[in-house]
Amino acid sequence: MKILKFKPGIIKYNTMNFILKIWRQENARVKGRFETYHVSGISPDCSFLEMLDILNQQIIDKFEKPVCFDHDCREGICGACSLYINGRPHGPDSAITACQLHMRKFSDGDVITVEPWRAKPFPVIKDLIVDRSALDKIIEAGGYISVSTGGVPDANAIPVSRKDAESAMDAAACIGCGACVAACKNASAMLFVAAKVSQFAQLPQGKIEAGERVLKMVAKMDELGFGNCTNTGACEAECPKEISLQHIARLNREYLTAKIL
Amino acid sequence: MIKLNARIPEGVLSEKWTNYKAGQKLVNPANKRKLDIIVVGTGLAGASAAASLGELGFNVKAFCYQDSPRRAHSIAAQGGINAAKNYPNDGDSVYRLFYDTIKGGDYRAREANVYRLAEVSGNIIDQCVAQGVPFAREYGGLLDNRSFGGAQVSRTFYARGQTGQQLLLGAYSAMMRQVHEGTVKLYTRTEMLDVVIIDGKARGIITRNLVTGKIERHFGHAVVIATGGYGRAFFLSTNAMGSNGSAVWQVYKKGAYFANPSFVQIHPTCIPVHGDYQSKLTLMSESMRNDGRIWVPAKKQDAEALRNKQIQPGDIAEKDRDYYLERRYPAFGNLVPRDVASRAAKERCDEGFGVGSGLAVYLDFADAIKRLGKHVIEERYGNLFQMYEKIVDENPYSTPMMIYPAIHYCMGGIWVDYELMTTIPGLFSIGECNFSDHGANRLGASALMQGLADGYFILPYTIQNYLSSEILTPRMNTNLPEFEEAETLIKERIAKLKNIKGKQSADSMHRKFGLLLWELAGMARNREGLTKAIKEFTELRNEFWNEVRIPGDADEMNPELEKALRVADFMEIGELMARDALQREESCGGHFREEYQSEDGEAKRNDEEYMFVGAWEYKGMYEAPVLHKEELNYENIKVQTRNYKI
Repeated sequence: MKILKFKPGIIKYNTMNFILKIWRQENARVKGRFETYHVSGISPDCSFLEMLDILNQQIIDKFEKPVCFDHDCREGICGACSLYINGRPHGPDSAITACQLHMRKFSDGDVITVEPWRAKPFPVIKDLIVDRSALDKIIEAGGYISVSTGGVPDANAIPVSRKDAESAMDAAACIGCGACVAACKNASAMLFVAAKVSQFAQLPQGKIEAGERVLKMVAKMDELGFGNCTNTGACEAECPKEISLQHIARLNREYLTAKIL
Repeated sequence: MIKLNARIPEGVLSEKWTNYKAGQKLVNPANKRKLDIIVVGTGLAGASAAASLGELGFNVKAFCYQDSPRRAHSIAAQGGINAAKNYPNDGDSVYRLFYDTIKGGDYRAREANVYRLAEVSGNIIDQCVAQGVPFAREYGGLLDNRSFGGAQVSRTFYARGQTGQQLLLGAYSAMMRQVHEGTVKLYTRTEMLDVVIIDGKARGIITRNLVTGKIERHFGHAVVIATGGYGRAFFLSTNAMGSNGSAVWQVYKKGAYFANPSFVQIHPTCIPVHGDYQSKLTLMSESMRNDGRIWVPAKKQDAEALRNKQIQPGDIAEKDRDYYLERRYPAFGNLVPRDVASRAAKERCDEGFGVGSGLAVYLDFADAIKRLGKHVIEERYGNLFQMYEKIVDENPYSTPMMIYPAIHYCMGGIWVDYELMTTIPGLFSIGECNFSDHGANRLGASALMQGLADGYFILPYTIQNYLSSEILTPRMNTNLPEFEEAETLIKERIAKLKNIKGKQSADSMHRKFGLLLWELAGMARNREGLTKAIKEFTELRNEFWNEVRIPGDADEMNPELEKALRVADFMEIGELMARDALQREESCGGHFREEYQSEDGEAKRNDEEYMFVGAWEYKGMYEAPVLHKEELNYENIKVQTRNYKI
């Protein structure tokens, strides 16, 4: 039992130990390898990233280079964290990012493997950090409604049915983490693209450019080296925001319509 | 010494902004192409400004430390965005939003700026809807509103519990459209380390490429800082891990005044601290106070039994519960402003009525679930409840949530005039990193409003008034001695840090400093503690510069170096916060001085002596900063004691 010095109360918890196999890679030009580390005295309420903080402190104590990993908000919304844990993007829990994964989801003594996203369009920058700027490039190609600041109608002049607004919001919840790409055996970014296409296609504001948008975004996705969608559904299963395959279906419909018309 | 002049336009309050726009100078389209604008930070303020300026035809360079602009911490805002649309027909107006904001800020904000904010608030909603932001809607297809703390009307627009995300993605998309058009050039994983001043004007920045470690120089005819707040000085906060005060601190050191640094907001509804390994705190949206009721046990022995897990919250009978906000503030109840709610929670916990670790109170939805049904609560707060359950491992539908206040937002920031320009010509500051609109306390759902107001509708006008006199200034070569010198100083600073080779990590020193800052200059402050703080921070800073350990090299990706550079600045910011809190011998908004409170523990403001903005001027590493005062005049609002009781 470890006792924390909290005033005026105290928190008691049983601690856990883990063996970590972590991908280390100096930069994009050299080969990477797995390194094994031991961490002990971990609280089950500790988040996965906090456990990595503890590991990094151990590494720094030895004056060695700590493990680099992307993270920022640590509340599951910024989409920065991108860890492939025990063969699953964001690890063994559903509907969350790695920063919201807690060690209570593991058992004491577990061996945990941590890798970066593996996909050709996401080259490794260092250790567990990959370059996901390809996703920004897809948005840049057409993931917007072309309105400039000012001169727009009153917000209530564009009514949207509640059903459509809710469904658009389901799609818009995408955090751009890239777990869908990492989960896909083809490294397809279809769910990411579909989320944006579907959000706008369901709103009157977005309908005007819908055809052009889907063609441009899909073309860019192909150009950047993402694979094709073969409907395995791995993306939906691993998406931290539970974005549905239905949006891919809508993308396909939008794409076909745009191609034919 | 620069005399503080807010340059507020003449005329009656409601016509100032119209008059300003009518009289200001503009830049013609052919000249816009010749002008470069640097925007640092791509949150709501930065992204909306970059997009709007790009659309106008300026050459914009946008910088962010994250791998993508879409990750800026605006994304984490949950509850909503205020606007004086009066769609619900419940008596809202531009004046009322202005009034609520000034009152909520405890009469420490500038009238003209706040009125303008309220004036453009409606345009923001129009803009976001046109961009495809999926706001919540009524069954008839029109926009839905909800109520928030500090207001008696429903003026908050929202997109589930992800309003910040949706608004940021709107601004990000608009900016990416300009990247496509070629008017905005994006620099990701790039951190600003200094601003370059030439002949008294801001002319560029020095950055570090976080992937390669390369130090780079960038020229701009104007520089816009949109880097958010410095709340992570406290280590534990609701801010993102990378949120920092370094850009703000560097411009302060170059001559921009820092206003009201002690005005920091402590958000009442955060998930309590659960361990000493903890890296950050998670907010539960203030909107939950619409339906959740806050309470602690009325009897100390019950609180103790709860802490020892001998009984469950459900075991406490209704009559033995103290709904302390409803008891103390009958008129506003659970919807009192954030500073009031936070202090009330602290008061109960300090008195021994806290639950959980002792530093927590209950936020209970049982009544709302009984009244509205579980499905309604799920629809309103589903994602927040899920987030809570993932973190705490308790089901908030069946047991009350535990919450405690945490550092959340900085009202203080770089001093700006009516045009959002700092005391350095050509240097602008927008969004959270300026001080302008929230006085001593910000109302919920007003941060998103201010960030987007500054970026979409204010800066794109006011910056032209400055740039109109720059149209003959050619792009400058970054080999000029001013750039050279700034880069050399940064390289020396990095080398110095790297060479310390001490024993402590940047995080461990930051944690130590943050705890001290929270203890001495956090939710409750006093003369003795603040005096001690200034002394101890100096000692800790010396320790840092002798003890910090940074493995790895400067010319590679090195998060430890990034952290160390930020922590060094946080430690200096903390000292200025303490100085500011010490000089302000009153309690107002988020600033609570224990010496200045009424018998029933309410904040006691001192309008006679402290109705001013305290703007600090940097005087050098070994000299005390100088305080300048901008007097606040309230001509359109009657200054009174904030009362949320009746």
